[in-house]
Amino acid sequence: MTLGRMLMVFVLLTASGATPALAERMVVSLSNNRVAVTSSFVGENLVLFGVIEPGPDRTGLRASYDLVVTMTGPSQTMRTRRKERVLGIWVNIDSREFVRVPSYLAILSNRPVDEIANADVRRRLQVGLDNFLLTQRIGPDIADTVRDDPYRVAFVRLETLYGLYRQSASAVTFLTPSVFRVAIPLPSNVPTGSYPIDVKLFSGGQMVARTTSTLEVIKTGVEQYLVDASRNYGLIYGAATSLLALLIGWFASVVFRRD
Amino acid sequence: MQIYLPIADIPVNIFLVLGMGLAVGFISGMFGIGGGFLMTPLLIFIGISPAVAVASVSSHIAASSCTGAITYWRRRAIDVALAMMLLSAGIVGTATGVWLFTELRALDQLDLVIGLSYVTLLSIVGALMIYESVHAELRARKGMPATLRRPGSHNWVHGLPLKMRFKRSKIYVSAIPVWGIGFIIGFIGAILGIGGGFLLVPMLIYFLRVPTATVIGTSMVLTLITMASATVMHAVTNHLVDAILALILMVGGVIGAQFGARTGQKMRGERLRLLLGLLVFAVGMRFAYQLIVVPDDFYSIRQVTEP
Repeated sequence: MTLGRMLMVFVLLTASGATPALAERMVVSLSNNRVAVTSSFVGENLVLFGVIEPGPDRTGLRASYDLVVTMTGPSQTMRTRRKERVLGIWVNIDSREFVRVPSYLAILSNRPVDEIANADVRRRLQVGLDNFLLTQRIGPDIADTVRDDPYRVAFVRLETLYGLYRQSASAVTFLTPSVFRVAIPLPSNVPTGSYPIDVKLFSGGQMVARTTSTLEVIKTGVEQYLVDASRNYGLIYGAATSLLALLIGWFASVVFRRD
Repeated sequence: MQIYLPIADIPVNIFLVLGMGLAVGFISGMFGIGGGFLMTPLLIFIGISPAVAVASVSSHIAASSCTGAITYWRRRAIDVALAMMLLSAGIVGTATGVWLFTELRALDQLDLVIGLSYVTLLSIVGALMIYESVHAELRARKGMPATLRRPGSHNWVHGLPLKMRFKRSKIYVSAIPVWGIGFIIGFIGAILGIGGGFLLVPMLIYFLRVPTATVIGTSMVLTLITMASATVMHAVTNHLVDAILALILMVGGVIGAQFGARTGQKMRGERLRLLLGLLVFAVGMRFAYQLIVVPDDFYSIRQVTEP
């Protein structure tokens, strides 16, 4: 095979792999690309706007679309612990480690995900909290378990309770058949870092277009300074806090002196 | 008004935390204790993780005991030699406590140990205080003198070797129980986020026969130094001291303590001890309830690595 033919095959392969299924294009824009966590941060509501455009081959727009937006926070390792009664008191008896799972996970759509695509498609594209890959350390292996594994269920339930994991079938609104708006709630307890947003467009049960965006959550000012100091200069940070305690204590004894 | 705590990573109402500082400060001033055994559970209750609560409260106790120590220093009511002896063991105890704290956290058993220790410690100490003060109150009613055993009466502690003389307190005791008490207080303080004043004062009185004139001042110096060093050690090993939270608590605490001290001076000793005993016992029972009652949720999650 000559170099020219190999290139030809390559071009054909890439072309056949991408274009036919993804006829439409999407353009999305976040209301705010960067969220600053300051001392008065109580959470924020972001809005993602998007437009569906016909593809370069001028294929017309279809009659109806469904949209699933997945936003994930920086990954972290979490442990889920289970309590059991031992000698009359409740003790953490067993635990499972969830390795490199998102600290924040929102799956937002315009209607329930099981109406958008069939179970097979949903599993393959990780659509819905049930289908999102949450890897556990099981002995020496790292793998996702069945969706009704009690530790997985408890983990998702607790993260949902803290507002960090959420699935909403009403967060996406189509303003016109090809213009949409996505409300993304960001609670106050989100960690800082990069939040990739994955936007999947469905039609007739199949994904027809996909695009991504990113949100940055950063700490600024005093908050960032303190976090950095406590992590990197623990000794100085601790000494400074102690000194502050002594100063305030001394100050109070001077102010309130009665003798 | 909400304020975001950078290390605890949650927003809290600044006035709520300030109010807690004031209230606990009032109680600590009234009874001459640090108040850590009340503050740590309160912080856990408003949603701050036990680990951050324990680490941050240590600096709050350092601030309130600093005010107290300065006041007693002016009255020359501090036995420096005794405080230094207690301290030498107290630092070792604090370091051991911080080390164990880190280990237990890794094993997911920190909450249980904190809970169990609170139950045991607080219910026993609380019950003893209630018993002792009711007893004293009854004796006073019958017209008998309300005094306990006088300093000078000996017990087994006084038979131990390595005797030392502490001039300010006018006592002559072995160094072994002094070190033992210092170690225990430092250790408990680091693990439970309590200064240990409510334990140290009775221990010094009952075991070492330290006179009431110097006991509180000396205890405050010890609390001050062990808690200041616990703050540093927690900051170095676990990075969990929240300076913003500590600052709000300190400001509330030192102000509250002044008003508490004035109220405390108007009350009789036995009445005061009875109230403190009831308070200590109630907090102990609250923890017992939490351990025994069926939890709302059998599962809990904890972050293992930073995002």
